[in-house]
Amino acid sequence: MTRLVISGGTILDQTGERVADVAVEDGRIVEVGVGLAGDTMLDATGCMITSGFVDLHTHLREPGKEEAETIETGSRAAALGGFTAVVAMPNTDPAQDSVAVVQFVREQGRRAGLCEVLPSGCITVGRNGEQLAPYGELSAAGVHLFTDDGNGVQDAALMRRALEYAKPLGIVLAQHCEVSSLTKGAVMHEGSCCSRLGLPGWPALAEELMLFRDIELVRLTGVPMHFLHLSTARSVEMVRSAKAEGLPITAEATPHHFTLTDELLESYDAVYKVNPPLRTAHDIAALKQGLTDGTIDAIATDHAPHAPHTKEAPLDQAPPGMLGLETALALAITELDLPLSTVAALLSWNPAAIAGVDDRHGRPVAVGEPANLAVFDPRAEWTVEPAQLASKSRNTPYAGRTLRGKVRHTVFNGTAVVVDGTATR
Amino acid sequence: MKHLLSIEDLSAADIHAMLELTDHMAEVSSRPIPKVPALRGKNVVSLFFEDSTRTRTSFDTAAKRLSADTMNFAVSSSSVNKGESLRDTIETITAMGVDAFVVRHKSSGAPQMITKWTNASIVNAGDGWHQHPTQALLDCYTIRTGLNRRDSFDGLRIAIVGDIKHSRVARSDVQAFAKLGAHVTLVAPPTLLPPSLEGWPVEVSHDLDALLPDLDVLYLLRVQRERMDDALLPSLAEYSALYGLTHARAARLAPHALVMHPGPMNRGVEIAVDPADLPGSVILQQVTNGVAVRMAVLFTLLGSGSVSSIGASA
Repeated sequence: MTRLVISGGTILDQTGERVADVAVEDGRIVEVGVGLAGDTMLDATGCMITSGFVDLHTHLREPGKEEAETIETGSRAAALGGFTAVVAMPNTDPAQDSVAVVQFVREQGRRAGLCEVLPSGCITVGRNGEQLAPYGELSAAGVHLFTDDGNGVQDAALMRRALEYAKPLGIVLAQHCEVSSLTKGAVMHEGSCCSRLGLPGWPALAEELMLFRDIELVRLTGVPMHFLHLSTARSVEMVRSAKAEGLPITAEATPHHFTLTDELLESYDAVYKVNPPLRTAHDIAALKQGLTDGTIDAIATDHAPHAPHTKEAPLDQAPPGMLGLETALALAITELDLPLSTVAALLSWNPAAIAGVDDRHGRPVAVGEPANLAVFDPRAEWTVEPAQLASKSRNTPYAGRTLRGKVRHTVFNGTAVVVDGTATR
Repeated sequence: MKHLLSIEDLSAADIHAMLELTDHMAEVSSRPIPKVPALRGKNVVSLFFEDSTRTRTSFDTAAKRLSADTMNFAVSSSSVNKGESLRDTIETITAMGVDAFVVRHKSSGAPQMITKWTNASIVNAGDGWHQHPTQALLDCYTIRTGLNRRDSFDGLRIAIVGDIKHSRVARSDVQAFAKLGAHVTLVAPPTLLPPSLEGWPVEVSHDLDALLPDLDVLYLLRVQRERMDDALLPSLAEYSALYGLTHARAARLAPHALVMHPGPMNRGVEIAVDPADLPGSVILQQVTNGVAVRMAVLFTLLGSGSVSSIGASA
């Protein structure tokens, strides 16, 4: 039996920080201590050793858009970003609204073997907002998080039924908050920028109105909900007060929403088009406050690969979305003024609990625990080069930016899938 | 100057220089044989992804008066309809040897994107709701000559009336008029204004009648029938009643005031009188000036040497 030892680093988990080596055998942590020896040694000098990250919001594009990403290439990007589990969004083609598709996605993830791919399910069949997806069957097939991501569920009565039906199953419904009648043709944040640029605006209200409705539905039904990619200051405030009332809700924010503003659209470069759109400095400040005080539970990437030619179109014709898996940690370290323990909570154990995988991800780094680990150097500086990314697509808005914080090793199920910043498979 | 994409890129001095040059081009246009060899050997390609009659014809006439070779690329007969991307279209035509593209596109920002894929100069002939810089220049030229304001528009009161929100003409005109010193008021129902006017050098009014006697220029914009489908207007009749130029309103304009419209007009909607009956109407003068302004723009981007090379006698 081979023994893998991560040496010279500092363990960072829910219980605090300590300098120690970590020995892994047969997929589990078998020893934590100083001066450990093993068959394979991973140098962690200057690094933090944490539980692997969990992304609640990844578009892997397979099945249906393999020219943009496959489960394998997306999994590799995830591993390089320190993620040991990703929730695969259901807007595939066909959509993840049946056991067959969900099992295909999970199996492709297993075959790639770079991280655990957790298929989400649809709230409605085909994400059409008309008929409930088979939550019971999908739940039995291991699906925990359900969303029509890309579309908000417009019909309030249907959303209420979805929550009521979900109650005995213990699943989580996650909403993409967008009242579509307010965002017809929208390309960017509604404000002074879109007015000057002559582009149709996506008003903050369109997010906040659906968020308000769903918070009230949670109050009515008592069924937990998760809110995807919050982007506005009012949204953060609404979630904060709903949580203060004790309502069972959770929320995520993406790195792009807490680092980039709508002014970037002045370039008319579709790499900055995303849904919900980049907003203002005021919203960024509110999101950062929300991440600091626990209003927002998780950093999620909304990793959304698009083939280059599709992004080389005018803004109104290009698809929304940007890459995120390989830059999330660095952006959190570089742009958020937070202790590393909070960053790790936002990237690892908080989302692990929301995704329902906290039995195997986001665990303390301790003997007997599953060996899903991220080892990163919080001081390492690197420059984002689109051509160097493992994703099949190149649509990162951070090209040329120098960031701080880099994943050195990732251990998934006891196997070192990333060593010295390079994927091993 | 390599491209003309937006009035935002021009200073007041740039605009004045362009209008001075337009004077020379107007003189060329008034000759018995209105043609000079200034752009001989230059290839100007019109790339219209959206229908247009007057702008396209105007640019074509301007290029020909300067002896440039012109090529029209009509989307309906092009490979764009076969699914060719904008980038491939541009790179393909560029490979034939192009000095300037005159681009009309329904998407805001398309001309700016195109600059990345070609070495040719780009003239924005209207992009989405964003900009229509040659329209603004010809409007400035028309006001300059119509009101004899060669040096500046200081103190001029201009009202732009109509669908500001969806108007590239309004966005360009507001910037150009304000840069030259005019006082601009936007007049429209709130639903036809942009969501934010932060940073716009304008005032807003919803009461056209109160403004009329003090105006030097009344600029009417086209109001499209589709606007009712988006619940932006109750009806065109109501728009006409509140914001249209009727005989009664025309009578309240100062005698010297100009009435302008970028065309095409919706008779009976924003303009309920025959423009021919309006002494202040310079709507056809705008069209005439359009050719001279576009000659000035093409010469500025592609010409070499001084104005004297066009053989201007002015």
